[in-house]
Amino acid sequence: MSHAATHDHHDDHHGAPKSFFQRWFMSTNHKDIGTLYLVFALVMFFIGGSFAMLIRAELFTPGMQLMQPYFFNQLTTMHALVMIFGAIMPAFVGLGNWMIPLMVGAPDMALPRMNNLSFWILPFAFTLMLSTLFMAGGGPAGGWTMYPPLSLQSDSLAYVVFAVHLMGISSIMGAINIIATILNMRAPGMELLKMPVFVWSWLITAFLLIAVMPVLAGAVTMLLTDKYFGTNFFNPGGGGDPVLYQHIFWFFGHPEVYIMILPAFGIISEIIPTFARKPIFGYKAMVFAIASIAFLSFIVWAHHMFAVGLPMGAEIFFMYATMLIAVPTGVKVFNWVSTMWGGSMTFETPMLFAIAFVILFTIGGFSGLMLALVPADFQYHDTYFVVAHFHYVLVTGALFAIIAATYYWLPKWSGRMYSEFWAKMHFWNSVIWVNVLFFPQHFLGLAGMPRRIPDYNVAFANFNMISSIGGFLFGASQLIFLGVLIHGVWFSKKKATDRVWEGAKGLEWTVPSPAPHHTFDVPPVIHDDELAHGHVND
Amino acid sequence: MTSGGIRRSFTAWAALALALFGGVAQADPHPYQLNMQRGASTWSQVPYDLNNISLGVCVVIGILVFGAMFIAMFRFRKSRGAVAEKWSHNTMLEIVWTTIPVIILIVLAYLATGGITSWSDTTGSQMTVKVTGYQWKWRYDYVDYLGKPISKVGFMSKLDTQSDQTRQLGSGMDPYAVKVGDENTYLLNVDKPLVVPVDTKIRFVITGADVIHSWWVPALGWKLDAIPGIINAAWTNIKEPGTYRGQCAELCGQDHGFMPIVVVAKSKPDFAKWLAEQEAQSAAPAAAPAAASTAAAPAAEQTATAPATAK
Repeated sequence: MSHAATHDHHDDHHGAPKSFFQRWFMSTNHKDIGTLYLVFALVMFFIGGSFAMLIRAELFTPGMQLMQPYFFNQLTTMHALVMIFGAIMPAFVGLGNWMIPLMVGAPDMALPRMNNLSFWILPFAFTLMLSTLFMAGGGPAGGWTMYPPLSLQSDSLAYVVFAVHLMGISSIMGAINIIATILNMRAPGMELLKMPVFVWSWLITAFLLIAVMPVLAGAVTMLLTDKYFGTNFFNPGGGGDPVLYQHIFWFFGHPEVYIMILPAFGIISEIIPTFARKPIFGYKAMVFAIASIAFLSFIVWAHHMFAVGLPMGAEIFFMYATMLIAVPTGVKVFNWVSTMWGGSMTFETPMLFAIAFVILFTIGGFSGLMLALVPADFQYHDTYFVVAHFHYVLVTGALFAIIAATYYWLPKWSGRMYSEFWAKMHFWNSVIWVNVLFFPQHFLGLAGMPRRIPDYNVAFANFNMISSIGGFLFGASQLIFLGVLIHGVWFSKKKATDRVWEGAKGLEWTVPSPAPHHTFDVPPVIHDDELAHGHVND
Repeated sequence: MTSGGIRRSFTAWAALALALFGGVAQADPHPYQLNMQRGASTWSQVPYDLNNISLGVCVVIGILVFGAMFIAMFRFRKSRGAVAEKWSHNTMLEIVWTTIPVIILIVLAYLATGGITSWSDTTGSQMTVKVTGYQWKWRYDYVDYLGKPISKVGFMSKLDTQSDQTRQLGSGMDPYAVKVGDENTYLLNVDKPLVVPVDTKIRFVITGADVIHSWWVPALGWKLDAIPGIINAAWTNIKEPGTYRGQCAELCGQDHGFMPIVVVAKSKPDFAKWLAEQEAQSAAPAAAPAAASTAAAPAAEQTATAPATAK
């Protein structure tokens, strides 16, 4: 369509800067910054994953074999912090950076210099945080939730607090940029209700980020002043309240959980229609479901705290509010299935990961519903049942969506087709071993194994060994992913077409593959039937 | 032949059902345990039932949704010549699949609300025990029993010596050798258990001395955080005499995994006798060491079996 002009002379003028330093360190280009975010997330994924491998190695059999308990606690804490703030969140920001301008027909992000700053804060933040592992007192060991008074016993608290501040600043700047881009820079004719669901999900996620990252910053600052400046926010000896921290933390923490899953909903809502060759079922219902989940995320925080001794009325309120989330989430799952129904499906790797997402995320949703029931939660809380639950939601949910998105858009980024055979090897290994890894953890939790323990009674031995074997093989499977990526970016001989996938619709597929350094310098002319969601009437 | 096959398959199903929903015959936790235990208190059936009901609901919904998905994946594949249809909404269907989950949720919420209400009612208790979490042990103080205050009966309860030696890094000792009788008690045994009577509504007041801990005995059906500066209350009424084991359930530092909880429920006469002994000991502190070792019967028993297996 309107982009034929760019096709002919891309990379001639307006090309990428020639010097490596200028291109990658001083970049203001949304594609290069998106790549930086994605590479950073991948590095963090392997660092966080190596912590997980050590955790599963220690838990392979009963008895302490490899490490002291305190180091084990550092590993569980760091694994969570690195995976949440270093892998999942930056990966979504990277996907947003790359794809949102392409999907709405904008030439770049609205605030390109701030875009550069919000990325380059992250390596410093994580260097600061990871460096604590090599210090005399060790890294943070009080869990990623940093509950006082335990977290106040850590020598590395100040490092972690400053690192969290930096990550928060980065996230807020990224969110402002995304909102400004979506609201101001859409091409004429790209109305809000014609936007891809992925763009919608990021718009809503960005508002969540702006709303809650300052709350986390406030909570950790209070930890800092409690430890070093003599305040008593959380110290009962000075009139403070340790539970206050948990309320503030989870007021951030629950929306944070949805920050990590809403963009995944968006990705899946793009991939399934493409490979089912059928428009998404109930576009408006999908958007409305994301918005209502986002709203509900602000009024359910205390379901993480059912065992702290809340008043009965509070437990009942937070239980009802939490159960309500099942309704919009159910709508999303039903709509994905209905999108497939009556379609003409093919099963390339992005679709395989999307289908696995729908099934396995739903299993995580089921255990979430069980956890919402307060009396049952009195048993589940802080056991491996919870560990299984949130890994189903975050690994087979958020991470699988990120992997699906990577396979889906990689040919657009690199201009080459990845190896479908090896990508499918990656898929089948991942989907089998991730279930061997996490499904037995439901049983461990139900049988009574608490989480965050380095050693356990022999009754828990069988399922822990199965889980560890699954963990090692799931970890090894991700090396296949790395191989497919390296091959698909630099070495594959198979050139990608502009459309890449037969059923793909939307503006991002109208630009050449690889996408030139600058796209949509002139706003595209929008034809509704070329958009993924151009003819919405429901 | 046929009936034998049926009988065998029935036995197999019964065994599976026992594995899933039983746990009556064996002590918990046990190897390959698949489901939550029924528990031993008057209330512990509540989370157990809710767990089974909500799991059942999820399994049924899962079969319907995933079943529809797999049918779609089989019927509507391009390789079978499926041609994509154009529709993208169906109001009736959307109303149905919004309404049905709401009805299911209302039923579950109703059941759970009843459970919370009965759990929260600590009135009318016949006994009070104060539980305090320390890094990394528990303290139990007996406050009152049958309307009479108890003074000076209180003690620390920490991981038993054999588990503690075995769990050290590079100890070379075998966790499978830590036993009381036939039961493996590795990391689930203490030097001095909490002793309580059966058929008595016991109120626990729970607090923390340093950081937050969480007092959890699965057989009682609940856990409750032990928080410095806050006193939480909960209750139990144990039906059967026995030994019930649990662990700290809130990360509390390096030895979080090594501060188990053991509750020994005795018949009322046995408990009265035990309580009288404890009161006598605190009255005559000089006699304490000798009596303490008899009170800590499980610990003594397990030291007797230990040397045979310790390397």
